[in-house]
Amino acid sequence: MRLINRRPVPRAARLLALLPFAAVLLAYVISSALRLAENPADKLLPAFSSFAAAIDRMAFTADPRTGDVLLWLDTFASLRRLFAGLAISTMVAVVLGIAIGLLPYLRATLGGFVTAFSMAPPLALLPILFITVGLGEAAKITLIAIGVTPPLVRDMALRVEDVPRQQIVKAQTLGASSWTIALRVILPQVLPRLLDSIRLQLGPAWLFLISAEAIAAESGLGYRIFLVRRYLSMDVILPYVAWITLLAFLMDVAIVLLQRRAFPWFAEARASS
Amino acid sequence: MSLISVRNVWKEYDDTVVLEQINLEIDQRAFVALVGPSGCGKTTFLKMLLSEEQPTRGTIKIDDAPISPEPTADRGVVYQRYSVFSHLTVLGNVLLGRELQAGGPAGTLFGRLFGAEKALAVAEARELIAAVGLSHAESRYPAQLSGGMQQRLALAQALMGRPKVLLLDEPFGALDPGIRAEIHVLMRNLWNERALTIVMVTHDLPEAFALATRVIAFERRRNEPTDCGRYGATITQDFEIWPRRIPAPLDSLKPPGRDDPTPQTVSYRDDPVKTGSAA
Repeated sequence: MRLINRRPVPRAARLLALLPFAAVLLAYVISSALRLAENPADKLLPAFSSFAAAIDRMAFTADPRTGDVLLWLDTFASLRRLFAGLAISTMVAVVLGIAIGLLPYLRATLGGFVTAFSMAPPLALLPILFITVGLGEAAKITLIAIGVTPPLVRDMALRVEDVPRQQIVKAQTLGASSWTIALRVILPQVLPRLLDSIRLQLGPAWLFLISAEAIAAESGLGYRIFLVRRYLSMDVILPYVAWITLLAFLMDVAIVLLQRRAFPWFAEARASS
Repeated sequence: MSLISVRNVWKEYDDTVVLEQINLEIDQRAFVALVGPSGCGKTTFLKMLLSEEQPTRGTIKIDDAPISPEPTADRGVVYQRYSVFSHLTVLGNVLLGRELQAGGPAGTLFGRLFGAEKALAVAEARELIAAVGLSHAESRYPAQLSGGMQQRLALAQALMGRPKVLLLDEPFGALDPGIRAEIHVLMRNLWNERALTIVMVTHDLPEAFALATRVIAFERRRNEPTDCGRYGATITQDFEIWPRRIPAPLDSLKPPGRDDPTPQTVSYRDDPVKTGSAA
């Protein structure tokens, strides 16, 4: 049988999915044990017992100096910035994307500008943000918004243009105005697709967040890992990275569930078109 | 007097003449089928009736008034595909035909109906859904319907908008023969029972002759490769179907009211009767 026709049974598929995780874990345990056997003070690949100690210190014990539990403080600070940035981007993308996609005059005016603006590397704009809005929360939220909004707007505008011309004509023959077409025909059809593009932008959003926090912050997941880097604290950095990855993964799953729940028609419509 | 009046319409794209010298009068409650080889401009003509395209020369009038330069609610349309909205249920789709026309601040702002008006529209939508035989599928989404059911839904939705003229662009072209025969019966009933004037583009001649009261053929009189599109298509044939198909008078179809006198006889005849301007 050809390789392309050989399929794993569902149970085997699940086991296969776990395989690479197990392999990486195993490789880590072996290398860590080897290094620690040679030098018990090695900091590069700490043993799992050091992770447990670090996690206990960061996540379950209050910091003796400030009285805060650092992991939760950092998580809360980071998520607040991330959600604020994503919320601003989403709102701008819905309004501007639909307007650019639907109104030829606005497309002619802003289409090129948005494309050009989206080419500016957001991290190169970071110094400008620090100078103009200061080192506080506003700069970090603005960086996420500036980085994520242009691709979201462009994607929204393209999705609006993807709506078949027939549907727009049809809505007009049913008596719709430009506004009611946007509200009743375009918006509900592009919202599930907006969720798709937000999913794709979660990666860049985290990237901008961690970068901004690494450069100037007093709390946050990115701030913490760059802070403890000075002491080679791999026992803190690795659990933090795993935690960030888990948070990003959960957000992705949550968006998929939301899409399925809120737009029951979408999966089948996409499959049949 | 005719409902649609097309006077000396030409359509040109750059150097290419697509349609030339189209003159056409279409009567109230006529069912006109436009046929012709592909690329002869029959769909372009339909798009001009819909104001999706503008004629290069000439005028199109409905009820003696030039048609609006953009699509409006006096002309409904059913396409072969993408006629219904995939994010709305069957009921939602049909209801949309009335909701988008809602006046008043709430209607203009939200494109929705509320309260008693909505209840009235829902009742009317259900009646139309029943007329096209989709009552059992009221809460399904279009992706869960077969092609024939989607086209029935598209018809109900278009009728909900109460258009003066219904334009059909190869509406049944993608359906299986069996389903197509069923929907032809439905189409004929809808035309017979409602105040509808229909213009249908089709490439299926038997369909044209089975449904229409009048079949119009578009063709290029000269189509030499050396002409380079300097001659467009025009109307070359204009048949009236014989024996004449005459729709039932609308008042004969209303069930008599409780206090009305019992009707003595059926007030219309099946057999062809030549009546003034009826086509």
